[in-house]
Amino acid sequence: MESGLNPAESARAAQVRVALPYHLRNLARVDGDVLLAVAAPVTLRAVLDVLEARYPMLRGTIRDYDTGQRRAFLRFFACTEDWSLASPDTELPEAVATGKEPLLILGAIAGG
Amino acid sequence: MSSVRVLVGTHKGAFVLTSDGKRKDWNVSGPFFAGWEIYHMKGSQADPNRIYVSQTSGWFGQLIQRSDDGGKTWHQPGIPAGEAAPPAWPPAPSNKFAYDVTPETGKPLTTHQWYDGTQHPWEFKRVWHLEPSFTDPETVYAGVEDAALFCSTDGGENWQELSGLRGHGTGPQWQPGAGGMGLHTILLDPTNPKRIYIAISAAGAFRTDDGGATWKPINRGLRSPYIPDPDAEIGHCVHHVAMHRARPDVLFMQKHWDVMRSDDAGENWREVSGNLPTDFGFAIDVHAHEPETLYVVPIKSDSEHFPIEGKLRVYRSRTGGNEWEALAKGLPEKDCYVNVLRDAMAVDTLDQCGVYFGTTGGQVYASADAGDNWAPIVRDLPAVLSVEVQTLN
Repeated sequence: MESGLNPAESARAAQVRVALPYHLRNLARVDGDVLLAVAAPVTLRAVLDVLEARYPMLRGTIRDYDTGQRRAFLRFFACTEDWSLASPDTELPEAVATGKEPLLILGAIAGG
Repeated sequence: MSSVRVLVGTHKGAFVLTSDGKRKDWNVSGPFFAGWEIYHMKGSQADPNRIYVSQTSGWFGQLIQRSDDGGKTWHQPGIPAGEAAPPAWPPAPSNKFAYDVTPETGKPLTTHQWYDGTQHPWEFKRVWHLEPSFTDPETVYAGVEDAALFCSTDGGENWQELSGLRGHGTGPQWQPGAGGMGLHTILLDPTNPKRIYIAISAAGAFRTDDGGATWKPINRGLRSPYIPDPDAEIGHCVHHVAMHRARPDVLFMQKHWDVMRSDDAGENWREVSGNLPTDFGFAIDVHAHEPETLYVVPIKSDSEHFPIEGKLRVYRSRTGGNEWEALAKGLPEKDCYVNVLRDAMAVDTLDQCGVYFGTTGGQVYASADAGDNWAPIVRDLPAVLSVEVQTLN
């Protein structure tokens, strides 16, 4: 797993599982969930920073380039809870931080 | 043996249609970028294998895609093509369109007029049109919404705004058309690399003579009774502008209403709608070898975006406007209620000029004899947003 962390950081980093929506999986050229080594504290911002560093083709597709704000029609779910409006610096649930549960990134069902 | 490659952007992906010079039998490949809106795709004349694509989505924003092999494979500029993900790719800012507000080269990010008459901040939404340089495959221009012009000189990896346009003093009076405030038309002057024409809905047409540093509105003669000042310097809903490469000072415009002509690089316009059954429409183009031969697709009205009486017809003028003939052979004669959007018509440069257009019903029609006879290449694509043609030798 390439993470951009040095060996010591990698040893301490959690393996976070991220489930991407269909179009972003295609863009990232992955088939299933992605595993990311994320240094503690495991927050939404930290996970997305690592995700975009590992898969730079996703930059700008989840968060606005300049503001860092979540794109309007994307939502974040962790352990069945909607984290879309939570502060990006809040630590994610332990089950997500340890990879037992994925962080879900979903495209909102919009358009009727 | 010459051949043609038709690049089709649709609401749900890109398609590449290829044929030999006879333009009778076609191969259809795609969809590429399935499920994404492809506002525009266009090949470089300097290197026909280089094709640029605007890929956009209401969910995931803007992406730029590029092919270096004539559409066989695609990649985001700055990110290598291929299956595997290298561990340490460089950042990929090819989809970063940041308005230039730097003190050195930028303009203050002002506001523009909103639908309700209030002022609204400039916000990047998508790329409407990509225009590759005539001479350098690495140089490409992008017209974006909210209206601005960007340029890349490294094959689409990095984009810089030509902020003199957005910073034009009339900017606060620009307003979105029904589809947004998009810069949809970019015409490069093949004889003068410093001269560029652009058009914006609904601000009008502009021209630079110094490579994009400064711009002037070129809307004198346009008349739009639906705006507060029908003869205003800006605010006109220009739908598309076309030129013939041999006469870059002669421009033809399909405005919201009216087909217009300028013989002096846009300084003055006069109406050439003539006997058209309606002069509302979106697409307009010029024959590859006859600078006075034009094509438009009349659309009934701005309230009913479909052909008159359900009959899809291209109209051709061989006199530079005013005198038009209906071209209907091979086109639907009844029950046709599609639209043809502004970037969805193109011509090839074969000896017998080919003309192509796509519809919101997913048909792409081709004529291999300058419009006399038409046949569908495909009938059931997603709604067609853009059509461009490459003539390959």
